[in-house]
Amino acid sequence: MVEKAPRELPSDLPSIDAEAAYRSLLSGLRSTLLAENRTPVLVGIHSGGAWVADRLQADLGLSTPVGYLSSAFHRDDYGRRGLPANIKPTTLPVDVEAADLILVDDVLFTGRTARAGLNELFDHGRPARVELAVLADRGGRELPISARFVGAHVALNAPAQLVLAIDTHGHFSFRLET
Amino acid sequence: MIRRHPQIDSEGRLRHLLSIDGLPKAMIERVLDTASAFLDVSGRTVKKLPLLRGRSVFNLFFENSTRTRTTFEIAAQRLSADVFNLNISASSASKGESLLDTIDNLAAMNADLFIVRHAQSGAPFLIAQHLDERGKDVHVVNAGDGRHEHPTQALLDAYTIRHFKKDFTRLRVALVGDILHSRVARSNIHVLTTLGVPEVRAIGPATLLPAGLEAMGLQVFHDIRRGLEGVDVIIMLRLQNERMRGALLPSAQEYFKHYGLTADKLAYAAPDAIVMHPGPMNRGVEIDSAVADGPQAVILSQVTFGIAVRMAVLGMIAA
Repeated sequence: MVEKAPRELPSDLPSIDAEAAYRSLLSGLRSTLLAENRTPVLVGIHSGGAWVADRLQADLGLSTPVGYLSSAFHRDDYGRRGLPANIKPTTLPVDVEAADLILVDDVLFTGRTARAGLNELFDHGRPARVELAVLADRGGRELPISARFVGAHVALNAPAQLVLAIDTHGHFSFRLET
Repeated sequence: MIRRHPQIDSEGRLRHLLSIDGLPKAMIERVLDTASAFLDVSGRTVKKLPLLRGRSVFNLFFENSTRTRTTFEIAAQRLSADVFNLNISASSASKGESLLDTIDNLAAMNADLFIVRHAQSGAPFLIAQHLDERGKDVHVVNAGDGRHEHPTQALLDAYTIRHFKKDFTRLRVALVGDILHSRVARSNIHVLTTLGVPEVRAIGPATLLPAGLEAMGLQVFHDIRRGLEGVDVIIMLRLQNERMRGALLPSAQEYFKHYGLTADKLAYAAPDAIVMHPGPMNRGVEIDSAVADGPQAVILSQVTFGIAVRMAVLGMIAA
Protein backbone atom coordinates (compact mmCIF):
# COMPACT_ATOMS: atom_id res chain seq x y z
CA MET A 1 0.00 0.00 0.00
CA VAL A 2 1.30 3.41 -0.89
CA GLU A 3 0.44 6.19 1.50
CA LYS A 4 0.68 9.71 0.28
CA ALA A 5 2.83 11.87 2.52
CA PRO A 6 0.93 14.92 3.76
CA ARG A 7 2.06 18.11 2.08
CA GLU A 8 2.47 21.14 4.30
CA LEU A 9 0.59 24.14 3.05
CA PRO A 10 2.12 27.57 2.45
CA SER A 11 2.66 29.56 5.62
CA ASP A 12 0.32 32.41 4.64
CA LEU A 13 -2.68 30.34 5.79
CA PRO A 14 -4.10 31.28 9.18
CA SER A 15 -2.46 29.63 12.15
CA ILE A 16 -4.80 28.35 14.83
CA ASP A 17 -3.81 28.31 18.47
CA ALA A 18 -5.16 24.93 19.62
CA GLU A 19 -4.33 25.58 23.28
CA ALA A 20 -6.28 28.86 23.29
CA ALA A 21 -9.19 27.08 21.59
CA TYR A 22 -9.07 24.38 24.26
CA ARG A 23 -9.14 26.90 27.10
CA SER A 24 -12.12 28.61 25.53
CA LEU A 25 -13.97 25.31 25.03
CA LEU A 26 -13.25 24.26 28.62
CA SER A 27 -14.49 27.51 30.16
CA GLY A 28 -17.65 27.48 28.02
CA LEU A 29 -18.45 23.91 29.06
CA ARG A 30 -17.62 24.55 32.71
CA SER A 31 -19.92 27.55 33.08
CA THR A 32 -22.79 25.92 31.19
CA LEU A 33 -22.65 22.64 33.12
CA LEU A 34 -22.52 24.58 36.39
CA ALA A 35 -25.45 26.80 35.43
CA GLU A 36 -27.51 23.81 34.25
CA ASN A 37 -26.41 21.58 37.15
CA ARG A 38 -25.47 18.70 34.84
CA THR A 39 -22.95 15.88 34.93
CA PRO A 40 -23.04 14.57 31.38
CA VAL A 41 -20.96 11.73 29.94
CA LEU A 42 -18.36 12.87 27.40
CA VAL A 43 -18.03 10.72 24.30
CA GLY A 44 -14.99 11.42 22.12
CA ILE A 45 -14.94 10.54 18.43
CA HIS A 46 -11.70 8.66 17.56
CA SER A 47 -8.97 9.83 17.37
CA GLY A 48 -8.72 13.62 17.88
CA GLY A 49 -12.08 13.87 19.64
CA ALA A 50 -10.99 11.16 22.08
CA TRP A 51 -7.91 13.22 23.10
CA VAL A 52 -10.04 16.33 23.62
CA ALA A 53 -12.66 14.37 25.62
CA ASP A 54 -9.96 12.80 27.85
CA ARG A 55 -8.53 16.22 28.72
CA LEU A 56 -11.95 17.82 29.27
CA GLN A 57 -12.96 14.96 31.55
CA ALA A 58 -9.92 15.53 33.78
CA ASP A 59 -10.21 19.34 33.79
CA LEU A 60 -13.97 19.32 34.44
CA GLY A 61 -13.57 16.70 37.19
CA LEU A 62 -16.40 14.56 35.82
CA SER A 63 -16.83 11.27 37.67
CA THR A 64 -18.11 9.11 34.80
CA PRO A 65 -15.38 7.73 32.53
CA VAL A 66 -15.13 9.01 28.97
CA GLY A 67 -16.72 7.01 26.15
CA TYR A 68 -15.09 6.57 22.74
CA LEU A 69 -16.89 6.38 19.46
CA SER A 70 -15.83 5.13 16.05
CA SER A 71 -17.56 6.78 13.11
CA ALA A 72 -16.05 4.29 10.62
CA PHE A 73 -19.02 1.95 10.34
CA HIS A 74 -21.50 4.68 9.45
CA ARG A 75 -19.47 6.85 7.12
CA ASP A 76 -21.23 7.86 3.92
CA ASP A 77 -18.01 7.68 1.86
CA TYR A 78 -17.51 3.93 2.45
CA GLY A 79 -18.41 3.18 -1.18
CA ARG A 80 -15.63 5.50 -2.39
CA ARG A 81 -12.94 5.09 0.23
CA GLY A 82 -13.59 1.71 1.82
CA LEU A 83 -12.99 0.94 5.46
CA PRO A 84 -10.19 2.98 7.03
CA ALA A 85 -7.18 1.18 8.52
CA ASN A 86 -6.83 1.01 12.30
CA ILE A 87 -10.49 1.26 13.21
CA LYS A 88 -10.68 1.73 16.95
CA PRO A 89 -13.69 0.12 18.60
CA THR A 90 -16.55 2.04 20.20
CA THR A 91 -16.46 1.72 23.98
CA LEU A 92 -19.19 3.29 26.06
CA PRO A 93 -18.87 3.32 29.86
CA VAL A 94 -22.60 3.75 30.51
CA ASP A 95 -25.87 2.54 29.10
CA VAL A 96 -26.69 4.99 26.33
CA GLU A 97 -30.41 4.59 26.97
CA ALA A 98 -31.72 7.83 28.52
CA ALA A 99 -28.17 9.17 29.11
CA ASP A 100 -27.10 12.84 28.98
CA LEU A 101 -24.23 12.84 26.46
CA ILE A 102 -21.84 15.36 24.95
CA LEU A 103 -20.23 14.20 21.73
CA VAL A 104 -16.70 15.63 21.47
CA ASP A 105 -14.68 16.07 18.27
CA ASP A 106 -11.57 17.98 17.30
CA VAL A 107 -12.76 19.68 14.09
CA LEU A 108 -16.28 20.32 12.81
CA PHE A 109 -16.32 20.72 9.03
CA THR A 110 -18.93 19.12 6.73
CA GLY A 111 -20.84 17.56 9.63
CA ARG A 112 -20.60 14.09 8.09
CA THR A 113 -18.43 12.64 10.88
CA ALA A 114 -20.83 13.95 13.53
CA ARG A 115 -23.73 12.41 11.58
CA ALA A 116 -21.91 9.04 11.42
CA GLY A 117 -21.07 9.32 15.13
CA LEU A 118 -24.73 9.93 16.02
CA ASN A 119 -25.77 6.85 14.05
CA GLU A 120 -23.14 4.78 15.83
CA LEU A 121 -24.38 6.11 19.19
CA PHE A 122 -28.00 5.25 18.43
CA ASP A 123 -27.03 1.65 17.62
CA HIS A 124 -26.41 1.36 21.37
CA GLY A 125 -29.68 2.89 22.60
CA ARG A 126 -31.75 6.09 22.76
CA PRO A 127 -29.99 8.84 24.70
CA ALA A 128 -32.03 11.49 26.53
CA ARG A 129 -29.91 14.25 25.01
CA VAL A 130 -26.83 14.55 22.79
CA GLU A 131 -24.91 17.79 22.37
CA LEU A 132 -21.82 18.50 20.32
CA ALA A 133 -18.58 20.09 21.55
CA VAL A 134 -15.69 20.80 19.16
CA LEU A 135 -12.26 22.33 19.50
CA ALA A 136 -12.54 24.12 16.14
CA ASP A 137 -15.46 24.88 13.81
CA ARG A 138 -14.11 25.61 10.34
CA GLY A 139 -17.47 26.15 8.62
CA GLY A 140 -18.27 24.46 5.29
CA ARG A 141 -21.21 22.45 6.59
CA GLU A 142 -22.93 20.04 4.18
CA LEU A 143 -25.48 18.77 6.71
CA PRO A 144 -27.79 20.53 9.19
CA ILE A 145 -25.49 20.07 12.19
CA SER A 146 -24.12 22.67 14.59
CA ALA A 147 -22.10 22.47 17.80
CA ARG A 148 -23.32 24.02 21.05
CA PHE A 149 -19.78 24.29 22.41
CA VAL A 150 -17.01 25.60 20.14
CA GLY A 151 -13.41 26.41 21.12
CA ALA A 152 -12.59 28.51 18.05
CA HIS A 153 -14.15 29.47 14.74
CA VAL A 154 -11.77 29.46 11.77
CA ALA A 155 -12.34 30.09 8.08
CA LEU A 156 -10.45 27.74 5.75
CA ASN A 157 -10.67 26.93 2.07
CA ALA A 158 -12.08 23.50 1.30
CA PRO A 159 -9.05 21.38 0.28
CA ALA A 160 -6.99 22.18 3.37
CA GLN A 161 -7.32 19.66 6.21
CA LEU A 162 -7.10 20.83 9.78
CA VAL A 163 -5.40 18.05 11.77
CA LEU A 164 -5.01 17.94 15.54
CA ALA A 165 -1.76 16.70 17.06
CA ILE A 166 -0.95 15.96 20.69
CA ASP A 167 2.54 16.11 22.21
CA THR A 168 4.00 14.02 25.04
CA HIS A 169 2.80 16.59 27.62
CA GLY A 170 -0.77 16.36 26.32
CA HIS A 171 -0.67 19.78 24.64
CA PHE A 172 -2.59 20.32 21.42
CA SER A 173 -1.53 21.90 18.16
CA PHE A 174 -3.17 22.17 14.76
CA ARG A 175 -1.45 21.67 11.43
CA LEU A 176 -2.78 22.13 7.92
CA GLU A 177 -2.51 19.38 5.32
CA THR A 178 -3.79 18.73 1.83
CA MET B 1 5.53 -9.75 -17.21
CA ILE B 2 4.77 -10.35 -13.56
CA ARG B 3 1.05 -10.90 -13.07
CA ARG B 4 -0.41 -9.27 -10.04
CA HIS B 5 -2.20 -11.57 -7.62
CA PRO B 6 -5.87 -11.01 -8.54
CA GLN B 7 -6.94 -10.53 -4.92
CA ILE B 8 -5.05 -7.23 -4.52
CA ASP B 9 -6.01 -4.30 -6.77
CA SER B 10 -3.60 -1.84 -8.39
CA GLU B 11 -3.89 0.48 -5.37
CA GLY B 12 -2.98 -2.27 -2.91
CA ARG B 13 -6.51 -2.84 -1.63
CA LEU B 14 -8.13 -6.20 -1.04
CA ARG B 15 -10.40 -6.86 -4.02
CA HIS B 16 -11.06 -10.60 -3.56
CA LEU B 17 -10.01 -13.00 -0.83
CA LEU B 18 -8.76 -16.12 -2.61
CA SER B 19 -5.80 -17.42 -0.60
CA ILE B 20 -3.60 -16.61 2.36
CA ASP B 21 -0.65 -17.46 0.13
CA GLY B 22 0.27 -14.13 -1.43
CA LEU B 23 -1.49 -12.02 1.19
CA PRO B 24 0.95 -9.51 2.73
CA LYS B 25 1.45 -9.52 6.49
CA ALA B 26 0.13 -5.96 6.81
CA MET B 27 -3.10 -6.98 5.06
CA ILE B 28 -3.58 -9.96 7.39
CA GLU B 29 -3.01 -7.73 10.41
CA ARG B 30 -5.48 -5.21 9.05
CA VAL B 31 -8.16 -7.90 8.75
CA LEU B 32 -7.53 -8.92 12.37
CA ASP B 33 -7.61 -5.30 13.61
CA THR B 34 -10.80 -4.58 11.70
CA ALA B 35 -12.39 -7.76 13.05
CA SER B 36 -11.75 -6.64 16.61
CA ALA B 37 -13.74 -3.47 15.93
CA PHE B 38 -16.63 -5.58 14.61
CA LEU B 39 -16.61 -7.98 17.55
CA ASP B 40 -18.93 -5.97 19.79
CA VAL B 41 -21.65 -5.49 17.16
CA SER B 42 -23.40 -8.66 18.38
CA GLY B 43 -23.81 -7.06 21.81
CA ARG B 44 -25.45 -3.84 20.61
CA THR B 45 -29.10 -2.88 20.72
CA VAL B 46 -28.97 -2.68 16.93
CA LYS B 47 -26.93 -5.69 15.75
CA LYS B 48 -26.50 -4.40 12.22
CA LEU B 49 -24.19 -1.98 10.48
CA PRO B 50 -25.14 -0.28 7.20
CA LEU B 51 -21.90 -0.84 5.25
CA LEU B 52 -23.29 -3.37 2.73
CA ARG B 53 -26.81 -1.95 2.60
CA GLY B 54 -28.26 -2.55 -0.84
CA ARG B 55 -25.49 -4.99 -1.85
CA SER B 56 -26.28 -8.52 -2.99
CA VAL B 57 -24.19 -11.33 -1.58
CA PHE B 58 -24.52 -14.76 -3.19
CA ASN B 59 -23.48 -17.85 -1.28
CA LEU B 60 -22.35 -20.26 -4.00
CA PHE B 61 -21.72 -23.56 -2.30
CA PHE B 62 -20.87 -26.13 -4.95
CA GLU B 63 -19.94 -28.38 -2.01
CA ASN B 64 -22.14 -28.59 1.08
CA SER B 65 -21.20 -26.86 4.30
CA THR B 66 -23.99 -25.65 6.53
CA ARG B 67 -21.76 -24.10 9.15
CA THR B 68 -19.43 -22.03 6.97
CA ARG B 69 -22.35 -20.91 4.82
CA THR B 70 -24.30 -19.85 7.91
CA THR B 71 -21.43 -17.85 9.40
CA PHE B 72 -20.94 -16.01 6.10
CA GLU B 73 -24.67 -15.40 5.95
CA ILE B 74 -24.73 -13.97 9.48
CA ALA B 75 -21.69 -11.79 8.76
CA ALA B 76 -23.23 -10.42 5.54
CA GLN B 77 -26.57 -9.80 7.23
CA ARG B 78 -24.93 -8.01 10.16
CA LEU B 79 -23.53 -5.67 7.48
CA SER B 80 -27.07 -5.21 6.05
CA ALA B 81 -26.43 -7.05 2.76
CA ASP B 82 -29.14 -9.00 0.98
CA VAL B 83 -28.01 -12.62 1.08
CA PHE B 84 -29.00 -15.29 -1.42
CA ASN B 85 -28.16 -18.93 -0.75
CA LEU B 86 -27.86 -21.01 -3.87
CA ASN B 87 -27.77 -24.74 -3.56
CA ILE B 88 -25.77 -25.09 -6.74
CA SER B 89 -24.94 -28.77 -6.34
CA ALA B 90 -28.66 -29.51 -6.69
CA SER B 91 -29.41 -27.15 -9.55
CA SER B 92 -27.60 -25.78 -12.60
CA ALA B 93 -24.38 -27.76 -12.25
CA SER B 94 -26.30 -31.02 -12.20
CA LYS B 95 -28.11 -29.96 -15.37
CA GLY B 96 -24.80 -29.64 -17.16
CA GLU B 97 -24.23 -25.88 -17.07
CA SER B 98 -20.57 -24.93 -16.95
CA LEU B 99 -19.16 -23.13 -13.91
CA LEU B 100 -18.46 -19.90 -15.78
CA ASP B 101 -21.89 -19.90 -17.43
CA THR B 102 -23.42 -20.14 -13.95
CA ILE B 103 -21.22 -17.24 -12.82
CA ASP B 104 -22.13 -15.09 -15.83
CA ASN B 105 -25.81 -15.66 -15.17
CA LEU B 106 -25.54 -14.71 -11.53
CA ALA B 107 -23.39 -11.66 -12.36
CA ALA B 108 -26.16 -10.61 -14.77
CA MET B 109 -28.50 -10.60 -11.77
CA ASN B 110 -26.37 -7.71 -10.42
CA ALA B 111 -24.53 -9.65 -7.75
CA ASP B 112 -21.91 -7.68 -5.80
CA LEU B 113 -20.17 -10.50 -4.01
CA PHE B 114 -19.78 -14.24 -4.45
CA ILE B 115 -18.83 -16.48 -1.55
CA VAL B 116 -17.59 -19.65 -3.19
CA ARG B 117 -17.10 -23.16 -1.82
CA HIS B 118 -15.97 -25.66 -4.42
CA ALA B 119 -14.54 -29.18 -4.43
CA GLN B 120 -12.01 -28.20 -7.10
CA SER B 121 -8.84 -26.40 -5.99
CA GLY B 122 -8.55 -23.06 -7.74
CA ALA B 123 -12.24 -22.64 -8.65
CA PRO B 124 -12.55 -19.27 -6.82
CA PHE B 125 -9.40 -18.04 -8.65
CA LEU B 126 -10.91 -19.01 -11.96
CA ILE B 127 -14.16 -17.22 -11.12
CA ALA B 128 -12.39 -14.05 -9.91
CA GLN B 129 -10.17 -13.91 -12.99
CA HIS B 130 -13.13 -14.49 -15.28
CA LEU B 131 -15.12 -11.67 -13.65
CA ASP B 132 -12.14 -9.30 -13.74
CA GLU B 133 -11.51 -10.07 -17.43
CA ARG B 134 -15.14 -9.34 -18.19
CA GLY B 135 -14.86 -6.04 -16.31
CA LYS B 136 -17.48 -7.09 -13.75
CA ASP B 137 -17.26 -5.31 -10.42
CA VAL B 138 -18.02 -8.46 -8.44
CA HIS B 139 -15.90 -9.58 -5.52
CA VAL B 140 -15.09 -13.20 -4.70
CA VAL B 141 -14.37 -14.78 -1.32
CA ASN B 142 -12.97 -18.30 -1.22
CA ALA B 143 -14.93 -20.27 1.39
CA GLY B 144 -12.84 -23.40 0.80
CA ASP B 145 -11.58 -24.87 -2.49
CA GLY B 146 -10.61 -28.52 -2.76
CA ARG B 147 -7.39 -29.27 -0.92
CA HIS B 148 -6.09 -25.79 -1.63
CA GLU B 149 -7.13 -23.09 0.87
CA HIS B 150 -9.75 -21.95 3.34
CA PRO B 151 -8.52 -18.40 3.98
CA THR B 152 -11.25 -17.11 6.32
CA GLN B 153 -10.78 -20.15 8.58
CA ALA B 154 -7.06 -19.37 8.82
CA LEU B 155 -7.79 -15.71 9.55
CA LEU B 156 -10.22 -16.58 12.33
CA ASP B 157 -7.70 -19.06 13.72
CA ALA B 158 -5.06 -16.32 13.68
CA TYR B 159 -7.53 -13.98 15.40
CA THR B 160 -8.19 -16.60 18.09
CA ILE B 161 -4.47 -17.20 18.65
CA ARG B 162 -3.80 -13.46 18.90
CA HIS B 163 -6.70 -13.05 21.33
CA PHE B 164 -5.38 -15.70 23.72
CA LYS B 165 -1.62 -15.51 23.13
CA LYS B 166 -1.04 -11.88 22.01
CA ASP B 167 2.38 -12.29 20.39
CA PHE B 168 2.89 -14.62 17.42
CA THR B 169 6.66 -14.36 17.49
CA ARG B 170 7.18 -16.47 20.62
CA LEU B 171 4.83 -19.35 19.87
CA ARG B 172 5.05 -23.04 19.15
CA VAL B 173 2.01 -24.15 17.18
CA ALA B 174 1.12 -27.75 16.32
CA LEU B 175 -1.21 -28.88 13.54
CA VAL B 176 -2.45 -32.38 14.26
CA GLY B 177 -4.08 -34.89 11.93
CA ASP B 178 -4.92 -35.09 8.26
CA ILE B 179 -2.73 -32.36 6.82
CA LEU B 180 -2.55 -34.03 3.41
CA HIS B 181 -6.20 -33.41 2.52
CA SER B 182 -6.72 -30.29 4.63
CA ARG B 183 -7.19 -26.86 3.05
CA VAL B 184 -7.46 -25.50 6.61
CA ALA B 185 -3.95 -26.76 7.36
CA ARG B 186 -2.54 -25.25 4.17
CA SER B 187 -4.04 -21.82 4.88
CA ASN B 188 -2.99 -22.03 8.51
CA ILE B 189 0.62 -22.82 7.62
CA HIS B 190 0.71 -19.71 5.42
CA VAL B 191 -0.95 -17.46 7.98
CA LEU B 192 1.24 -18.63 10.87
CA THR B 193 4.52 -18.32 8.99
CA THR B 194 3.53 -14.92 7.54
CA LEU B 195 2.68 -13.63 11.02
CA GLY B 196 6.10 -14.71 12.29
CA VAL B 197 5.37 -17.86 14.32
CA PRO B 198 8.89 -19.29 14.75
CA GLU B 199 7.93 -22.94 15.26
CA VAL B 200 5.12 -24.70 13.39
CA ARG B 201 4.86 -28.46 13.84
CA ALA B 202 2.96 -31.01 11.78
CA ILE B 203 1.85 -34.13 13.65
CA GLY B 204 0.20 -37.13 12.04
CA PRO B 205 0.66 -40.56 10.47
CA ALA B 206 2.96 -40.66 7.43
CA THR B 207 -0.02 -41.49 5.19
CA LEU B 208 -1.73 -38.18 6.08
CA LEU B 209 1.25 -35.82 5.86
CA PRO B 210 2.20 -34.37 2.48
CA ALA B 211 5.77 -34.37 1.26
CA GLY B 212 7.70 -31.12 1.46
CA LEU B 213 6.53 -29.88 4.87
CA GLU B 214 10.14 -29.53 6.07
CA ALA B 215 10.90 -27.38 3.03
CA MET B 216 8.12 -25.04 4.19
CA GLY B 217 9.92 -24.69 7.52
CA LEU B 218 7.75 -27.10 9.49
CA GLN B 219 8.93 -29.73 11.95
CA VAL B 220 7.34 -33.12 11.31
CA PHE B 221 6.39 -35.62 14.05
CA HIS B 222 4.71 -39.00 13.83
CA ASP B 223 4.66 -39.43 17.62
CA ILE B 224 2.02 -37.04 18.99
CA ARG B 225 3.49 -36.94 22.50
CA ARG B 226 6.87 -35.81 21.26
CA GLY B 227 5.25 -33.40 18.84
CA LEU B 228 3.10 -31.73 21.50
CA GLU B 229 5.97 -31.20 23.95
CA GLY B 230 5.92 -27.57 25.06
CA VAL B 231 3.53 -26.28 22.38
CA ASP B 232 1.37 -23.20 23.08
CA VAL B 233 -1.33 -23.79 20.50
CA ILE B 234 -2.80 -27.07 19.21
CA ILE B 235 -4.87 -26.98 16.04
CA MET B 236 -6.71 -30.26 15.61
CA LEU B 237 -7.88 -31.14 12.12
CA ARG B 238 -11.02 -33.04 11.28
CA LEU B 239 -10.52 -36.60 10.12
CA GLN B 240 -12.79 -37.10 7.17
CA ASN B 241 -14.60 -40.43 7.25
CA GLU B 242 -13.82 -41.19 3.63
CA ARG B 243 -10.10 -41.43 4.52
CA MET B 244 -10.87 -44.55 6.46
CA ARG B 245 -12.12 -46.25 3.32
CA GLY B 246 -9.11 -45.23 1.24
CA ALA B 247 -6.65 -47.53 3.05
CA LEU B 248 -4.84 -44.52 4.55
CA LEU B 249 -5.86 -45.55 8.05
CA PRO B 250 -6.70 -48.87 9.67
CA SER B 251 -9.72 -47.67 11.70
CA ALA B 252 -11.15 -44.75 13.66
CA GLN B 253 -10.37 -46.52 16.93
CA GLU B 254 -6.77 -47.08 15.90
CA TYR B 255 -6.46 -43.44 14.86
CA PHE B 256 -7.90 -42.22 18.15
CA LYS B 257 -5.47 -44.40 20.08
CA HIS B 258 -2.45 -42.87 18.34
CA TYR B 259 -3.52 -39.36 17.34
CA GLY B 260 -6.75 -38.54 19.19
CA LEU B 261 -6.19 -35.66 21.60
CA THR B 262 -6.79 -36.96 25.11
CA ALA B 263 -6.01 -35.34 28.46
CA ASP B 264 -2.85 -37.43 28.91
CA LYS B 265 -1.49 -36.38 25.51
CA LEU B 266 -2.49 -32.74 26.10
CA ALA B 267 -0.42 -32.82 29.30
CA TYR B 268 2.74 -32.83 27.12
CA ALA B 269 1.89 -29.34 25.82
CA ALA B 270 2.54 -26.13 27.75
CA PRO B 271 0.22 -25.91 30.79
CA ASP B 272 -1.59 -22.90 29.30
CA ALA B 273 -1.80 -24.32 25.76
CA ILE B 274 -5.04 -23.69 23.90
CA VAL B 275 -6.85 -26.35 21.86
CA MET B 276 -8.51 -25.35 18.59
CA HIS B 277 -10.62 -27.22 16.04
CA PRO B 278 -12.19 -25.85 12.85
CA GLY B 279 -15.27 -28.05 13.29
CA PRO B 280 -17.25 -30.12 12.86
CA MET B 281 -15.54 -32.28 15.50
CA ASN B 282 -15.50 -36.07 15.51
CA ARG B 283 -15.50 -36.82 19.23
CA GLY B 284 -13.72 -40.06 19.95
CA VAL B 285 -11.87 -39.92 16.62
CA GLU B 286 -9.54 -36.90 16.59
CA ILE B 287 -10.47 -35.43 19.96
CA ASP B 288 -11.71 -36.76 23.28
CA SER B 289 -14.81 -35.14 24.80
CA ALA B 290 -12.93 -34.38 28.03
CA VAL B 291 -10.52 -32.17 26.01
CA ALA B 292 -13.14 -30.73 23.64
CA ASP B 293 -15.22 -29.57 26.62
CA GLY B 294 -12.23 -28.85 28.87
CA PRO B 295 -10.84 -25.52 30.08
CA GLN B 296 -8.12 -25.34 27.42
CA ALA B 297 -10.52 -25.68 24.46
CA VAL B 298 -11.30 -22.40 22.67
CA ILE B 299 -13.37 -24.02 19.92
CA LEU B 300 -16.55 -22.02 20.55
CA SER B 301 -14.54 -18.76 20.74
CA GLN B 302 -13.33 -19.60 17.23
CA VAL B 303 -16.95 -19.69 16.06
CA THR B 304 -17.75 -16.30 17.64
CA PHE B 305 -14.58 -14.68 16.29
CA GLY B 306 -15.33 -16.23 12.89
CA ILE B 307 -18.36 -13.97 12.43
CA ALA B 308 -16.33 -10.81 13.20
CA VAL B 309 -13.47 -11.92 10.92
CA ARG B 310 -15.87 -12.61 8.04
CA MET B 311 -17.54 -9.24 8.61
CA ALA B 312 -14.09 -7.62 8.39
CA VAL B 313 -13.28 -9.44 5.13
CA LEU B 314 -16.63 -8.56 3.54
CA GLY B 315 -16.40 -4.97 4.79
CA MET B 316 -12.86 -4.57 3.42
CA ILE B 317 -13.47 -5.99 -0.04
CA ALA B 318 -16.97 -4.75 -0.82
CA ALA B 319 -16.30 -1.00 -0.81
